[in-house]
Amino acid sequence: MTEKIRGRKIAPGTATGEALVTSQSLSFYGGVDPETGIVVEKGHELEGQSITGKILVFPSGKGSTVGSYVLYQLAKTGKGPVAIINQQTETIVAVGCIISDIPAIDKIPIDKIMVGQKVHVDATNGVVELL
Amino acid sequence: MKLTKLQLEMLEGKHGYATQKSMEILSALGEIFEAEKMIPVTSVQIAGVSYANLGEPGLDWLSQMAKDGRVRVLTTLNPAGMDLENWRVLGIDPEFAKNQERVVNAFAKMDIITTCTCTPYLVGNLPHYGEHIAWAESSAVCFANSVIGAKTNREGGPSALAAALTGYTPEYGYHLDKNRQAHVATKVKASITGTAQFGTLGKVIGEILDSKVEWTIPYITGISKASTDELKAFCASIATYGGTALFHMEGLTPNKMRVPKKTLTVTESDLAEAEQELNEEDAEIDFVSIGCPHASLHEIRHIAELVEGKRVKKETWITTARPTKQVADRMGYTKIIEATGIKFACDTCCVVAPIKGRFTGLCTDSAKGCYYGQGRNKFQIKHCSLEECLQEAFIE
Repeated sequence: MTEKIRGRKIAPGTATGEALVTSQSLSFYGGVDPETGIVVEKGHELEGQSITGKILVFPSGKGSTVGSYVLYQLAKTGKGPVAIINQQTETIVAVGCIISDIPAIDKIPIDKIMVGQKVHVDATNGVVELL
Repeated sequence: MKLTKLQLEMLEGKHGYATQKSMEILSALGEIFEAEKMIPVTSVQIAGVSYANLGEPGLDWLSQMAKDGRVRVLTTLNPAGMDLENWRVLGIDPEFAKNQERVVNAFAKMDIITTCTCTPYLVGNLPHYGEHIAWAESSAVCFANSVIGAKTNREGGPSALAAALTGYTPEYGYHLDKNRQAHVATKVKASITGTAQFGTLGKVIGEILDSKVEWTIPYITGISKASTDELKAFCASIATYGGTALFHMEGLTPNKMRVPKKTLTVTESDLAEAEQELNEEDAEIDFVSIGCPHASLHEIRHIAELVEGKRVKKETWITTARPTKQVADRMGYTKIIEATGIKFACDTCCVVAPIKGRFTGLCTDSAKGCYYGQGRNKFQIKHCSLEECLQEAFIE
């Protein structure tokens, strides 16, 4: 049984992977190491964990607009997430995903997604499938 | 969101890669902020120019965009990480200089005018009242919205570039008149004069607004007089400490706003408290910086009058736009100022230049400069009037 959740396309594309979930907002500039993909923000739920290759699930982005370029760098070096799922996407993450071709979708109730769960994201059509 | 035929063609890639990527960015932002349509913009200011912030990934993206991207409207550029001509004298690493030049060249290739200043309105990018524009650089955004009465959201580097390459921005936020009404009447019960004091006032009001989600736009009363330089300092500070993009100052700024019922009052003691926060005890000053935002001709002329015939004992920079300095050169101000040992740093500023670790303590008349000096560069800080800054420069 797979559950389908409808959301809103932010950046097109599809991806399947394991969910890395946090209920805290995330800053990419200063909050994620652009060379390793490891969350470095002090006290963050995900501190010390790698976002590489994951379906990264968080409520919203925050912080400096330079964060868009951090996402770009991560994607170009293969250290980025394979897709992003948000409750509410803001400018930094939206711009970052578009320039880096990372599929992104929002308006998803993210508390329905468990850590480690296998997820298929079809951002183009605005659908998340919990596998 | 409804797109026109031309906008759809842009999105489909019929006008090239850079235009397509740009329209993707703008339409996604339009969806997020629930815009109904795109509107044309006639002026753009782009931030995110310093290689210190962009790094190789940012430069890589700009280079991709520069392959076939050309701006469709008047577009100017924020300060870079160094003086593009005089970087050696100012102690910039040659490797950094090479990369910074690559960044500026990528922008120039897109037909962006490389003014490299945070005060585009002083050097030829001056919109008029009511004009829709897409500006990045928080101090300039606040100045354009509030002092000029043009209409812009607070753009980031990529979204401003996207507006420049397409000529459009999604219609939301400060482009809509309904979002340009004040939320809180702000009574200033203190006499405010000079760029430093206006900066302190910006910090006080900005921090109050920042702490109240429902208060974004202040309707300020009690200021009877302000020069353009003072408003420039105020805009930079309130935008830094409050994220403020629009304010009204009764009798001084042109937007038509109703006086809100909610009221807050700023007193002399609020200002004194903020001033204390901007002045660390026993700060060890070895660097004096003036020109955040970039110094105007009027400020430079005033500095020339104050320093003529003296000799500075501390590293002292005036950051300004190159066109401003070129007129200062002609008028002889530069010669007078440089004879004292003060250095001009054009095209750059102390917020974006890679100067961390080079100095211990910063003395400046800019409240914004204090914020970044302390946070980003870990300097001890001293905040005082322009005249006092120069006095500090002359002390051993």
